Amino acid sequence: MNGVRITGVGLHPFGRFDGVTGTAMGVVAVRDALAEAGIGVRDVQAAFCGTAYGGVAAGHRVLGALAGTGIPIYDVEAGCASGGAALELAAASIASGQHDRVLVFGIEKMPKGVIRSSFFAPWQESAGLSPAPAFFALRAQRLLLETDITVEHLAQVVVKNRRHGVANPDAMFQKAVTVDQVLASRMICPPLTLFMLCSPNEGAAAVVLARDGDGPTVAGIALRSHLPGNVLGEDSPLGGIDDAAITPPTTLAAQDAYAQAGLGPADVDVVECQDTDAGRELLAWAELGLCPTGGQVAILAEGAALVGGRRPINPSGGLLSKGEPLGASALGQVVELVRQLRGTAGARQVPGAKVALAHVIGRGANACVTVLVA
Amino acid sequence: MPLPPIDPSVLRVDDGGVTLLGGWSETSQFRHFPRSPVCPFTGADDVVPVDLPRSGTLWLHTHVNLAPPGYTGPVPYQLGIVELEGEPLLRVVSRLAGDNLATGMQMQLDGEVVPGPHDEPTLTWVFHP
Repeated sequence: MNGVRITGVGLHPFGRFDGVTGTAMGVVAVRDALAEAGIGVRDVQAAFCGTAYGGVAAGHRVLGALAGTGIPIYDVEAGCASGGAALELAAASIASGQHDRVLVFGIEKMPKGVIRSSFFAPWQESAGLSPAPAFFALRAQRLLLETDITVEHLAQVVVKNRRHGVANPDAMFQKAVTVDQVLASRMICPPLTLFMLCSPNEGAAAVVLARDGDGPTVAGIALRSHLPGNVLGEDSPLGGIDDAAITPPTTLAAQDAYAQAGLGPADVDVVECQDTDAGRELLAWAELGLCPTGGQVAILAEGAALVGGRRPINPSGGLLSKGEPLGASALGQVVELVRQLRGTAGARQVPGAKVALAHVIGRGANACVTVLVA
Repeated sequence: MPLPPIDPSVLRVDDGGVTLLGGWSETSQFRHFPRSPVCPFTGADDVVPVDLPRSGTLWLHTHVNLAPPGYTGPVPYQLGIVELEGEPLLRVVSRLAGDNLATGMQMQLDGEVVPGPHDEPTLTWVFHP
């Protein structure tokens, strides 16, 4: 990926905003990103909108509200990776020479509670075979079964991210929690308690990409899906085989993005990764090559993933603090990392960050990894 | 007259109880569930229907304490993954029943009544010790 720079970012906070439409949140994020880039909406040659629940032509509604029509507007759905998929398409449109300056944004306004998805057949819902938190829990159970990771380690991930979230004014939860509080919160699906699960919510994020200008470079970006066979994959199959030799989609995406950037895990200074639940974050660390499987225990013990540690992970507070507006979450990570690379992240700044990695994975086993370089 | 299966493409109900409907590909040497037009792991198109074993070993399990959208049956209930008897390995997601379930337990297939998509009583599958 050559010559793709992020020249502006914008964000509508993640949370609950009664009476505010997804379109309105998108307008806020887009206007902020355009203002940072020093351009108007009519200066972009295309727009890419990530959303899973936004409905028909969701991106068109945002651009329409800003009088930014007439250009190609692409609405992109890839589950939790929708924003990442939109970013990849947008970056490719610049790298290929098709466009010089484009807008990417993600919007979402989701109902409270367990996410409902047309991904599942009605009979599967009726049979109780569709609860996302239960599938997350089974993945976490496997981690506990096959490694030295314990339920306390899962709680420590929450404590870390919520501690980071205290310094993020755009997060839904800005209050620290203790291991005891995490373990004592309502049991949803063992071993996952309420505090170990992110909250589906509302929000928007936007970035402006340009061939020229100032800003971090999109050095690598890749969207990948699953290789079949893993019954615990995010594609939520009802059956699977021995998955010992099956590469997870996060690893496929990471390998591709690292190769594009000419970098590896050891080069990464700061990470934003998918923490739909605490177990998912620990899985991501290994799948992204940040540590071997089981090495998560040492990272937690050393505090290496905390801001101030060797390589902070989810300095924004992650989804466990921000909540997860599906279409906006990946671009929210990018907004955070651009601020980190600019050195403008305030109290949660990772000193001297030069290389950053963003990771999302979700429904359909869509995984997207983005490598940004200052 | 037995209750209808929750979906006839995944489950058969007859006098012998419930049976999980799988597929087998001679080319890929994989069993799979639910039955697919091609082997979902290799794409081989020589899938033949097979009735899957009615017993297996419990691998992972959890409780569902919050009713997921679209589900109107009883809560809490148990959900997990069973490794079916025989080779090669085939893992199946299933409702579970029984107390103090643990990895490695031997499990048996059975039917369980749940409200279907239109609230009509239907049979789904469950494994229990």
